[in-house]
Amino acid sequence: MSAPLLEVEDLRVEFPTRRGTLVAVDGVSFSIARGEVLGMVGESGAGKSLTGNAVIGLLEPPGRIAAGTVRLAGERIDGLPHEAIRRIRGRRIGAIFQDPLTSLNPLYTVGEQIVETVLTHLDVGARAARRRALELLGEVGIPAAAERIDHYPHQFSGGMRQRVVIALALCAEPELIIADEPTTALDVSIQAQIIRLLRRLSAERGASVLLITHDMGVIAETADRVAVMYAGRIAEIGPVRDVLKAPLHPYTRGLMDAIPAVGRDVDSLAQIDGAMPRLHEIPAGCAFHPRCPSAVAACGRDRPDLAPSGATEVACWLYRPEPAHGR
Amino acid sequence: MIALVIRRLLQSIVVMLAVALIGFTLFRYVGDPVAQMVGQETSLQERAELRERLGLNDAVAVQFGRYVGDIARGRFGISYAIDRPVADLIAERLPATLELSFVAALFALIAGIPMGVYTALHPTRLLTRVFLTISLIGISLPTFFIGILLILVFGVWLGLLPTFGRGAVVDLGLWTTGLLTASGWKSILMPAFTLGMFQLTLIMRLVRSEMLEVLRTDYIKFARARGLTDRAVNFGHALKNTLVPVITITGLQLGSIIAFAIITETVFQWPGMGLLFLQAIQFADIPVMASYLVLIALFFVVINLAVDILYHVVDPRLRIDRGVEAG
Repeated sequence: MSAPLLEVEDLRVEFPTRRGTLVAVDGVSFSIARGEVLGMVGESGAGKSLTGNAVIGLLEPPGRIAAGTVRLAGERIDGLPHEAIRRIRGRRIGAIFQDPLTSLNPLYTVGEQIVETVLTHLDVGARAARRRALELLGEVGIPAAAERIDHYPHQFSGGMRQRVVIALALCAEPELIIADEPTTALDVSIQAQIIRLLRRLSAERGASVLLITHDMGVIAETADRVAVMYAGRIAEIGPVRDVLKAPLHPYTRGLMDAIPAVGRDVDSLAQIDGAMPRLHEIPAGCAFHPRCPSAVAACGRDRPDLAPSGATEVACWLYRPEPAHGR
Repeated sequence: MIALVIRRLLQSIVVMLAVALIGFTLFRYVGDPVAQMVGQETSLQERAELRERLGLNDAVAVQFGRYVGDIARGRFGISYAIDRPVADLIAERLPATLELSFVAALFALIAGIPMGVYTALHPTRLLTRVFLTISLIGISLPTFFIGILLILVFGVWLGLLPTFGRGAVVDLGLWTTGLLTASGWKSILMPAFTLGMFQLTLIMRLVRSEMLEVLRTDYIKFARARGLTDRAVNFGHALKNTLVPVITITGLQLGSIIAFAIITETVFQWPGMGLLFLQAIQFADIPVMASYLVLIALFFVVINLAVDILYHVVDPRLRIDRGVEAG
């Protein structure tokens, strides 16, 4: 296998606050191969979006990358000067955000916004940029693009706006697309269309995708591999089929059990007791152990690292010998 | 668009009629106009004749109609105190007030908007604190006090600027201007600063808070994720969205600048309408007072109309939709 496009290693995102430093993303490592779709799943507050923002250098202060490295095609892109990371955003890494209704500037036509982005990144004239905008709008499936290009965002429906947002993310043919909950704000019927579109366009271009979502269904349909996040850490990462069919980490198992399945006759859905800990009260050891049905002694003492188990990597003491004593 | 202008014009006419009614009431009911016009030795019969000749015995509605007709044709009556047509008095004084207001508003905008933008973009810098402190002073000190302070420092102690009047003016036929002579400019500096100071702080704080709000929106975040330059994001996207409310307030404030130039004109003995109005109050010069009222109302109405039209130029969401797509 060739070198991965994106490598994130030991990423740690911190928020210094008056009451001490909050660690929102803690020792997260993953990589995405060229053309691969990596799903990143977890509850709200698990650190999924922050990981995505950290990769493109858009953490909102006071949040900051405290440790770890981010490499794009082998080059480090964390801690780059402001101007250098700006040139990567949009050009080499495209981003799609959750809410298409608010992602577009209401005062400019969609054409103006696409042309602006094209002109920022590509060395073309205004006329060529407009041609490209038209092309893109056609590609993302906006009917009558030639007419719609001069319309304002409020004249589009939610699904159509998300298509425009995708067109904007694809403007400069980025190698990686970070899609942060791209379908959460949309109707279910539109969700499938958007996911299929995203999947098709990235496959055509050979672009990699980091797909952040809390929807296991979207992951199952779209991703090649999946990373399950809990309390700022990766609990389990592996091929979608393995993780969804045979989840290893008790948290992933709990998540899968909580999904209602058609045709499965159950009286009540399983649920995981308790809630994800808040950032300032993450327990020692495995962050999941207070809620874990299979916790052992080591879980409350030592933090498990990701370790391979079959094709999957899992951070859980159940899959390896317990340490004799605490660190 | 045209329908909007017509609708607004009709509303404006209603407002102007209401104001004219108040002006008319002043004439009719603040004292007896005949008693104010004649001397002690005028006989009752002569008074009755005068009353008849002036049409004061007609029905109130007829008198009001006549009044409206007169002011519509620019006939504002004769000043009791100075015994000259009010229209002439106003024509003499109007340029001074408008020039002062215009320079003050321009000063407030040119300094206020950049200061607001700066304080929003760099919320922690020292200069931001300096600006905010100045604005606090500007908003809490009464206008006349600032004016008197300026006179003391620049007029009396330093002797740099004239303390009263307009300086040399150039007569352009219908308009006398002080903006073409050096002494005119010297004279306008302090009054314009005094008059504009409050507006400046208001605009600065408004721009700052609006801008901070806009900078938090998704479309600004998305604009950054598209890799646009800081300049394009801050000025092309954020500032333009900030301007919609700023236009409203500025428009309204322009009206109050003209109306409340009274105080500044008094402090600096500026020969404008405010001074004329104050003198009129001292002499119970009702034609002048009523005309001033009508004229200021006219300014407000015209400015509001202009603001409404400007809105539609800036914000496409207000324009009539050309085919909104659903689904």
